Amino acid sequence: MATPMVQAQAVHKSFGRLEVLRGIDLEVAPQEVMCIIGPSGSGKSTFLRCINHLEKIDAGKLSVDGELVGYTQRGDKLYELPDREVCRKRSEIGMVFQSFNLFPHMTTLANLIEAPMRVKGESKAVAVERGRRLLDRVGLADKVDTYPRQLSGGQQQRVAIARALAMQPKLMLFDEPTSALDPELVGEVLDVMRGLAHDGMTMVVVTHEMGFAREVGDALVFMDGGVVVEAGSPRAILADPQHERTKTFLATVL
Amino acid sequence: MNVTAGEPRVRPEAIKAIPVRHPWRWVFAVLVLALAALAVDILATAPLLDWGVVGTYLFNQQILNGVVVTLELTAIAMAIGVVLGVLLAVMRLSKNPVVSSVSWFYIWFFRGTPVLVQIFFWFNIAAILPEITIGIPFTSFHWIGVTNRLIPNFLAAILGLGLNEAAYMAEIVRAGIISVEHGQTEAAQALGMTRPQVMRRVVLPQAMRVIIPPTGNETISMLKTSSLAYIATVGELFFVQKEISNFNFNIIELVIVASIWYLFMTSVLTFGQFYLERYFARGAARQLPATPLQRLRRALFHFRSAPPLSVEDVTIADRPHRG
Repeated sequence: MATPMVQAQAVHKSFGRLEVLRGIDLEVAPQEVMCIIGPSGSGKSTFLRCINHLEKIDAGKLSVDGELVGYTQRGDKLYELPDREVCRKRSEIGMVFQSFNLFPHMTTLANLIEAPMRVKGESKAVAVERGRRLLDRVGLADKVDTYPRQLSGGQQQRVAIARALAMQPKLMLFDEPTSALDPELVGEVLDVMRGLAHDGMTMVVVTHEMGFAREVGDALVFMDGGVVVEAGSPRAILADPQHERTKTFLATVL
Repeated sequence: MNVTAGEPRVRPEAIKAIPVRHPWRWVFAVLVLALAALAVDILATAPLLDWGVVGTYLFNQQILNGVVVTLELTAIAMAIGVVLGVLLAVMRLSKNPVVSSVSWFYIWFFRGTPVLVQIFFWFNIAAILPEITIGIPFTSFHWIGVTNRLIPNFLAAILGLGLNEAAYMAEIVRAGIISVEHGQTEAAQALGMTRPQVMRRVVLPQAMRVIIPPTGNETISMLKTSSLAYIATVGELFFVQKEISNFNFNIIELVIVASIWYLFMTSVLTFGQFYLERYFARGAARQLPATPLQRLRRALFHFRSAPPLSVEDVTIADRPHRG
């Protein structure tokens, strides 16, 4: 079997005295789309942020594409990675945030070419060429010179996805990408994500969109209280949850 | 419920109402004009005030030289203040405890003592350090300089003004940096950008919007504070006018000459600050703020009636928006 894209073994994380993750075990295979659902405060966003080392884990093992996140192991000792290495690894993982977090002082295209040029050292011509192609792909070819605040929420989130894709990542993380959107704008963002999944991108998606999870997801994970309560095929879980907590949660959101 | 769906068949006539009258605007306008006339009258007819002297000295060569020196002092001291201030602000926010403590101590010290005292200190430093020696410890290599030659009057003033300003600028820049939403840093980090890249490309450009207005304020303040350099016998505007009035005893006349120049220079700076703010507002507001000319035109046009709130007056920051 191929190396899993994400592998978590007993991952623990606390903020002060609050234990947010209490032992997460899961694997995401290459080209797999995993959706994580759960009530707020269940630790699903925190787990996502651990994958690209925006948060440090306290215990357990977390690796992306066979390499530990944030550390390197020699013998039986762990060494913290220097900033430069952490940055290099992050550049291979795309992340999309609930609040878009586009750079408001840059035009749409400038948002897309910033990291490829500064981080990867790509030439402007190459970065611009790909940037334009990606904007076209998310249906915003005419918004190249627009500033983010002049766009609707749905358009901003599509630009944010294109910005992440501009780094040609091997893994995409989505942190409630449609939660800040008006209901009528959710569809356009999900469409882009659906296309991405179709093209074989490995994706971990924290979401409340059960329809998306059922249609597009290869795996569904229900988290509560910092642990995985139930995992399996989305259709099976959504149709017939086994665990009591899963049943209660699904009853409230469906 | 009684609601009709769809467009009504007949479009009602546009509203034509008589605007609200504002009699108090006229009352205050007359009052202000009367007070202004009174003030002008007092100054113009003061028996011992010789306006001819003001006219003679306004473009006097010595005064003009003083203006130039004042501008030089302001520009150089502010440049030092801004550069060192940004550095201190970034240091202050550093994770390295030694670096952030150094910054904290610097700000504590230079903000805690008066500028006048600091200029005076640098001006007189030769009293305790007649020579400055720089060398490598435990070797015979060293270099000696005569303090009075190394720190002439002008440099003493620059050091006093610039190092003090840096402490204030550091706090202004720090406020700007922490005003930028943390999500911006996270998004940049998630793209693989290093800390210095995040700071330079993402955080500082956005912080500028918060940093510019108080920096303009500091520059205007510096223009006037630079007059304290007279204690170091630097030939700036205040020192020069004082030198002149020491001879001709036209003290008030020369103070007026200096004030006219100070007012002129601060006015030019205020104007420049406006356009700088406009530049850094790009991307932050849907519509840029109106230029002074546009504002004047609108104010005159709407003096009689209440100016309606137009779209241009409302920036996006005032509106509730998602995200």
